Amino acid sequence: MQEFIDRLIANGAFAGMPVEVVYALMMLLFGLVVVFGFFLPIAGVTSWLERRVWARIQSRIGPNRVGPQGFLQWLADGIKLLLKEDIVPDAADRPLFLFAPYFVVWGIVATFVVIPFSSNLIIADMNVGILYLTAVTALVVVGVLMAGWASNNKWALIGGIRSAAQIISYEIPAGLALLPVVLLTGTLSTQGIIRAQGWAPWGWFAFHNPFTFVAAFMFYVAALAEGNRTPFDIPEAESELVAGFCTEYSGFRYLLFFMAEWGNLYVIGAVATTLFFGGWQVPLWTDSVVLLNISQFTVFFLKSYLWVLISMWVRATLPRVRVDQLMILCWKYLVPIGFVNLIGTAIWMVIWPHGNRVVQYGMVLLAVAVLVQFFRRVRFHLRRARPELYYSPAI
Amino acid sequence: MAKNGVARYFKNIKDAVTTIFEGMTVTCSHLVRKPYTIQYPDRVPVRVQDTLPFRYRGILEVDLEICTGCLACERACPIDCIVIDAPKDQKTKEMLLTRFDIDIAKCMYCGLCSEVCPTGSIHHTTEFEGADFSLESMIRHFVKAPVVAYKAKKDGETDPVVAPILERGMRYIQEFAEPADMKKVKAEGKAAAA
Repeated sequence: MQEFIDRLIANGAFAGMPVEVVYALMMLLFGLVVVFGFFLPIAGVTSWLERRVWARIQSRIGPNRVGPQGFLQWLADGIKLLLKEDIVPDAADRPLFLFAPYFVVWGIVATFVVIPFSSNLIIADMNVGILYLTAVTALVVVGVLMAGWASNNKWALIGGIRSAAQIISYEIPAGLALLPVVLLTGTLSTQGIIRAQGWAPWGWFAFHNPFTFVAAFMFYVAALAEGNRTPFDIPEAESELVAGFCTEYSGFRYLLFFMAEWGNLYVIGAVATTLFFGGWQVPLWTDSVVLLNISQFTVFFLKSYLWVLISMWVRATLPRVRVDQLMILCWKYLVPIGFVNLIGTAIWMVIWPHGNRVVQYGMVLLAVAVLVQFFRRVRFHLRRARPELYYSPAI
Repeated sequence: MAKNGVARYFKNIKDAVTTIFEGMTVTCSHLVRKPYTIQYPDRVPVRVQDTLPFRYRGILEVDLEICTGCLACERACPIDCIVIDAPKDQKTKEMLLTRFDIDIAKCMYCGLCSEVCPTGSIHHTTEFEGADFSLESMIRHFVKAPVVAYKAKKDGETDPVVAPILERGMRYIQEFAEPADMKKVKAEGKAAAA
């Protein structure tokens, strides 16, 4: 993106303006485009889609009144929350309470800087991209803890503390899951990692060797836990903590928390796609840069949204874990597996420095076999229950 | 089976993976099942109100034609949502009903008022859609103009207008005191004993 602006400056697009001013203006412009043009709609549509998907899994219908199939439900909800009173409790720590939601949103939105939507469409291709990603998402902890503390409410405080413990614990398996990929590519830049992969599944890092395959799923689990998603949503656990750290929030600030949560789902999907599932890689089917970028964006978006859909599905399937189970999962299972993955990948690289083609094809075949088994089981459940079938997503 | 630590550890991992896989297949199979939910109110063939039983405790209603002005319901109401003004007319010495208000917003549908009513004048309907735009409009004013309170006649009701209303009221009381299906159960019990 900086090259793009530099080229514009060289062509005299901003005649007479100091370079710093142009940069600042462009930063503001791209920030607005990302937040209002992408983050906000994607968070909103995800909230609607999630409710529809759950509803179908629970044999309900879900919101279908506002707009076609209830598509505009998220706008209605957003406007409703904007019009609600923004209540600040008397006993709350006012400045902290008011500022906490912005930290949460900031931590999520800032990750969009390094998310590579296509080979040219990235705000900043930093050489420390992955490190930056893990660093800024840690800002969410600050916001959540601030919200929990400043609310001056026991539920909020317990929620905030739980969230802090959870996010800090799960940073470690998430980081360990990223490391095999960093080992394989020798770069932290998100674009560099995608360029090291191929467009076909056997070129993806998820199917590079058994260790990265495990790492891909480990990353997904750890990222879900970092994003306070069910089955790891103990900071918000409705049945125990009312709404956890956002108990005392209302109106716009409450909206910000949920926008961050749903926006974060897309970020999780995008990062998983970038690292393990080939990112925007498409076969070179055309010479036109624009068409190529459009196809890359589509592929990247579909892949990352698939992970969002899977997280909805997981949320509809699994019950919430207890605090101790959460910690056991992290420290006893994910962290040791993460170390095994790291060392295993290193050994793999020593034995096959350029990867092992046979293993890569085998891994893809294995994945296909798992999928086939999956659909056989689905068919088995449908046959046994003999329900009335209804395939159309619209109702 | 898996008693010692290491075997148990790997069994836990295996169990987690396989059970989550199985759970996901179950929920995935639900995605293509037909939803059970009925889209109230626009996609139901018969109005829900018409399918409800006679004794359903919906919004309260008063048949002023058979109200005796005894104030039993007002006294019975635990939350005072019924207000009745029944002064005696100085000239004709008859009881006049000048006000009979029920605050539906307060009513908790306990049914105590309709239990004590001697004629079944105050009764629950099967109507349950009570949404409105203001609290004031939730208060139902049943007296539009003052009316003379009903007095029971010794040889039964003969007025063709009042008679069916009174009949309905008495049926309502009886149903409340001893529901029809309860009578059937008792009769069956007696038959079984005999």
